[in-house]
Amino acid sequence: MPSLKDLRNRIASVKATRKITKAMQMVAAAKLRRAQEAAVAARPYSDRMAAVLANLASAMQGQAGAPMLLAGTGRQDTHLLIVATAERGLCGGFNSSIAKLAREHADRLVREGKTVKIMTVGKKGNDALKRLYGQYIVDTKDFRGVRQMSFAQAQDVAGIVLKMYEMGAFDVATLFFSEFKSVISQKPTALRLIPAQVEGVKPADLGGAVYEVEPEETEILADLLPRNVAVQIFRALLENAASEQGARMSAMDSATRNAGDMINRLSIKYNRQRQAQITKELIEIISGAEAL
Amino acid sequence: MASLHFELVSPARALYSGEVESVTIPGTEGDMTVMPAHAPVLAMLKPGIVTVRKGSGADTRIFVRGGFAEVNPQGLTVLAETALPVEELDAAAIAQQIKNAEEDVADAKTDESRRKASETLEHLKTLQAAL
Repeated sequence: MPSLKDLRNRIASVKATRKITKAMQMVAAAKLRRAQEAAVAARPYSDRMAAVLANLASAMQGQAGAPMLLAGTGRQDTHLLIVATAERGLCGGFNSSIAKLAREHADRLVREGKTVKIMTVGKKGNDALKRLYGQYIVDTKDFRGVRQMSFAQAQDVAGIVLKMYEMGAFDVATLFFSEFKSVISQKPTALRLIPAQVEGVKPADLGGAVYEVEPEETEILADLLPRNVAVQIFRALLENAASEQGARMSAMDSATRNAGDMINRLSIKYNRQRQAQITKELIEIISGAEAL
Repeated sequence: MASLHFELVSPARALYSGEVESVTIPGTEGDMTVMPAHAPVLAMLKPGIVTVRKGSGADTRIFVRGGFAEVNPQGLTVLAETALPVEELDAAAIAQQIKNAEEDVADAKTDESRRKASETLEHLKTLQAAL
């Protein structure tokens, strides 16, 4: 049975925790709005980019000499998994659900006898994967101290990925991130990055006409495809940033509520015990007086 | 008269979307003006000014850097790596861009990338002179 003093201390500490979680929730809510705006603003660009690529890809279909980034290396042996997560924890299941999706993917590929390489973007993904999959991790990148994701950061990551591809380090690259649906719903997603994913995007109807390409088709693709990789990574980073804040907000909301419930329970216990002690003291005084 | 559907998007935001009369874009092979019912084209862009003309009122001028334009029967889409309305563009911003471009030239490792970087630099300098 804890003493009255223990209970008082306990209540004080839970109250302090509640204050912190409440503050974190409010901070996440404020950051969420900015992150959400950025994520939504980036969507048209990457959607249009995907549409243009699909148009070009359908025009190039069946032609020899399609660039490797579009057609692939012709092999499927080595897979690179790019796992993008947050830099910080305390955001519910956000990081672990992305890591889990990547893990399932990696396990499946290993069972199929493929070589798996993992690149983590964000500290938490690295923490979650390094114990079991440490031997697969070839590169890590983190953005600690970066306040707002900018295109330059995405280009950074894309540069590393493209360099590895040029050196023939992998055949297929898949990007893992969390798509922002709403504050309470974030969906871990796998997106094939290389070769570019063009299925499922409907090319525009040209009415039988053919694109005039200026300057050269190969030159434009050589510029477009690496850019597409950067754009998709940029979008993933922004979606992730919004999802992280959303997940943190709801996690901190329920933490605050839990702390409130706990304080109520502890207060009832404290009051009961205090009353019991007073009664006990009274009985002692009365029985002492009667004995005289 | 038929109108042209024009969209200008950069990774950070969508800058323009609407029906217009014609748009002049700075292609790498020269400027070109896109009007309604233009043949499908894919063109790379050099740094420069996109001019949007609507039936009445002043033209909208937007600075773009890097990217490409796509014309299809649905309209014209410009995907720019950086895009800024000219009103927001000042000498300092251009100077900054030129500084970046100069660094690119200095950092370039292959002849090919050096050629590209110095081309960009030249375009920017022309632009600075034009302002």
